[in-house]
Amino acid sequence: MDLDLSPEHSLLRDTLRDFLANEVAPVIDEHERARRFPTEVVSKLGPMGLLGIPYPEEEGGAGLDTLAYAIAVEEISRVWGSLGIIVAAHTSLGCGPLHVAGTPEQKERYLVPMAQGKVIGAYGLTEPEAGSDSGGTRTTATHQGGPDGGVWILNGGKRFITNAGQAGTYVVTARTGTREDGSAEISAFILDADTPGFKVGRLEEKMGLHASATGELFFEDCCVPANQMLGPRGGGWRTFLQILDGGRISIGAMALGLAQAALDASTIYARERRQFGRPIGSFQGVAFMVADMATDVEAARQMVYRAAWLKDQGRDYGLAAAQAKLFASEVSKRATNDAIQVHGGYGYIEEYKVERYLRDAKLTELGEGTSQIQRLVIGRKVLDLRVV
Amino acid sequence: MRILVLLKAVPVVGTERLDDALRTDRSVALEANGNDEYVLEAALKLTEAHGGEVTLLSVGPPGAMDPLRKALAMGATRAVHVADEAMRGSCYVGTARVLEAALRRLEYDLVFAGADTSDGQGGVIAPALAARLGLPYLSYASRIEPAPDGRTVTIRRLRPGGYDVLEAPMPALVMGTQVLGEPRYPSLRGIMQARNKEIRTWTLADLGLDARSVGAGAATTRVLRAEPPAQRAGATIIREAPETAVAQVIDLLAARRLI
Repeated sequence: MDLDLSPEHSLLRDTLRDFLANEVAPVIDEHERARRFPTEVVSKLGPMGLLGIPYPEEEGGAGLDTLAYAIAVEEISRVWGSLGIIVAAHTSLGCGPLHVAGTPEQKERYLVPMAQGKVIGAYGLTEPEAGSDSGGTRTTATHQGGPDGGVWILNGGKRFITNAGQAGTYVVTARTGTREDGSAEISAFILDADTPGFKVGRLEEKMGLHASATGELFFEDCCVPANQMLGPRGGGWRTFLQILDGGRISIGAMALGLAQAALDASTIYARERRQFGRPIGSFQGVAFMVADMATDVEAARQMVYRAAWLKDQGRDYGLAAAQAKLFASEVSKRATNDAIQVHGGYGYIEEYKVERYLRDAKLTELGEGTSQIQRLVIGRKVLDLRVV
Repeated sequence: MRILVLLKAVPVVGTERLDDALRTDRSVALEANGNDEYVLEAALKLTEAHGGEVTLLSVGPPGAMDPLRKALAMGATRAVHVADEAMRGSCYVGTARVLEAALRRLEYDLVFAGADTSDGQGGVIAPALAARLGLPYLSYASRIEPAPDGRTVTIRRLRPGGYDVLEAPMPALVMGTQVLGEPRYPSLRGIMQARNKEIRTWTLADLGLDARSVGAGAATTRVLRAEPPAQRAGATIIREAPETAVAQVIDLLAARRLI
């Protein structure tokens, strides 16, 4: 058993730390304050290979593994949660379905430019009436015959879509029929941003992650060629479950990075800030908070890395990913909240950044399955019962 | 074109400390000397534009492997690492002796060295090597241009208020500055490719050197004492809004008769 990172993973981490400190950290505040998507920063990620980390080179990726990807999302989120979710949503949700279910032609046309970072990707699953209950998808796709297999006409809308308006390629799910048991037949489609009948609606004003774009998608008689169906008809559900399993690792990594940032800030502050003539970290009340944060963060890291490692080994990682996501996100909320407590009044001030960490960390308990959904997934796997 | 880049593994800047013998402790985490990365970048750009390969040469402890891997990930072709416990405590003469022996076993058209190192600043290794190997020595380069025929190299050498343009036949040794341009970050693809690149490890025996000719025993100089810089007086930090702060700074400087 070797718990050390490989030289490549260490080098990736060190390179990212350099890059983030020099090229990214100086521009965070201005983007967060203006709620502006960091187009320039994102454009630097592609050439470095950071927008297709776990995909093979022939698919435009960097050819690294899930562990490398998790480390990257962790390090990015440690510096900037907004950038973390932009990369995670693009990589896991945008590129992921194409990697898993794309035909060679679809991969060549869509995945390669995305994994190279030339085109940003987004995944449209959530709808106003279909959040945790994705089976409640109302967006429809109706087939119309014609040359080359005809077209699918999409109608409906999506909500809370990360990278909305920034993406050039969207993968969206829609009902293509009803199964014999009455459940929805869900299929996935690849959509160019400029497809007639497709438009991006309102961008949300969020509690945190202010520099990431989250918005609505609308389809109004949106016409998609049949060869842009992703995976087999009715296969959207399967693909989506697979993608969410992987996506949970990246949200776990994002939560981990934010928790680590909270710990880093608290450690420095507890050593430097003096009250009653001594560093506040020398009072048990503060020291124990930092000790718990450090312990939680380490446990979360082991869980996230292990889930990534299982995936890289080609083993079943669904349970590990749900556990890692659940644990890391709850650690993240706790650690970022405690970081404010360690900072006292200063923690409530924007300049000290820890309040941003808490606002950003809260998302990790909601996105890609709420904590309740994770417990459902874990409960079902552990008990082998249909827990509802 | 074959460019050989001398790369020194130094303690991560800011973490330097001395060992019991008052020498820089190099058992800590090491990184490539900053200036060496600038000449590496110049070497990579030249070979990308004109073809050729970049070989790294580093003399140092096992920890030098990490910065060598990073330099390979940036795009260098191969690395040669001279590591031998007997070298510990070498003075500049001993280090130059080892590097000279290694260079005599390698092929190159140009040798690049950084202007100085963050942990030593003796500034003598590059010129000493040029002297020992009989190579033209071009220092403080801000631009390096090999001639298309591969026979000469032209550099701009910085001097106060401008630069000189110098030419020398190749092979030559060029000591470069940060004006050459910012080093790149390794790409992820570069990191993966570096896994399969050659890192040759040589000992003193491989170089035909007698262990007694280097190391602490053969050192021509001895460190008697090492003193930290004198403590500076506490800084005054002004945190007011600019309009108030400016007035306060002016008062402060005026009170000390600095303006």
